[in-house]
Amino acid sequence: MKTPMRMREKIVLRVVAQACIPFILLFALYVQFHGDFGPGGGFQAGVICAAGFILYGLIFGLDKLKKVVSFRTIEILVAAGLLLYGAVGLLTIGMGGNYLDYKVLDHHDPTHGLHYGILFVELGVGITVTAAMLAIFYAFAGRERA
Amino acid sequence: MPFPIEALLFLFLLATAVVIARLRDLFAAAMLTGMFSLLSAGLFTLMDAVDVAFTEAAVGAGIATVLMLGTLALTEKRENQQPTRTLPFVVVLLTGAALIYGTLDMPPYGSPGTGPEPAAGNAVIHHHVAPDYIKGTKEEFKLPNVVTAVLASYRGYDTLGETAVIFTAAIGVLLLLVPGRKRKSEDESAAPEDPR
Repeated sequence: MKTPMRMREKIVLRVVAQACIPFILLFALYVQFHGDFGPGGGFQAGVICAAGFILYGLIFGLDKLKKVVSFRTIEILVAAGLLLYGAVGLLTIGMGGNYLDYKVLDHHDPTHGLHYGILFVELGVGITVTAAMLAIFYAFAGRERA
Repeated sequence: MPFPIEALLFLFLLATAVVIARLRDLFAAAMLTGMFSLLSAGLFTLMDAVDVAFTEAAVGAGIATVLMLGTLALTEKRENQQPTRTLPFVVVLLTGAALIYGTLDMPPYGSPGTGPEPAAGNAVIHHHVAPDYIKGTKEEFKLPNVVTAVLASYRGYDTLGETAVIFTAAIGVLLLLVPGRKRKSEDESAAPEDPR
């Protein structure tokens, strides 16, 4: 992709992106972990988080982004999120409930169990979505012009 | 009667769609599709579907636009001149008319659906499992966001399936678009006949 090379020379873009990226990532974390109280959740947080990384990649180039998040990491994270989701289900079976029956996760208060279940399941969704979006961006941006 | 803001947004949506269809400049078209998504997100917000609006704004206006720009960097910036064809236009008009005809059976926008039986004006969807979900989210989950409770718990299996779909999509893209890695050359030097 040629555009990042040219964009790197634009100082305004660079400075504004540097200022924005931490807030985008922080907002993604907020959306991720506040999803059960406000709008949002794993899907939205994953996309916002990926957008932060993609902005970095657009401004500073794919090579620098690959130093931050390597291709191998993304391959692992795509699977890790889904496995985390599935593992929560297996854990609830192990603790004497049905698959994805979060109530058994906390012996004292089933409401807390539900909250834990939602938290980890949404985290799994968020990880997979972030990695999947980044994988698609890497695949597109890494191609040479035909 | 005051002019509803929904109508204004729909007018903007229509104008954007027509401009996208007529534009030859693909860069402008890609940016306008992002605007289309943002306007849709505004509409969803007005319908109190903030979670959907959130997704639309992040995916439609954000990621999709970036991916389209990434594709534009690989192809031409302008669309080739196409001859005007009437058949696709007729097909689109007929499909649109069928869709609008389909909406005539739907309950009116904003219908609360409080009636005892499904009749005109009562949104049937509100009489199925939705009352249980709304009650359960408040009493059992003690959470304010019903969408999260439905997504992660009541419909937990579906969300697991959706995550698997995203996983599969990412794997598919990686397999199709990312060229072979250097491991291939190591394999070739180690074993000339690859069993896979």
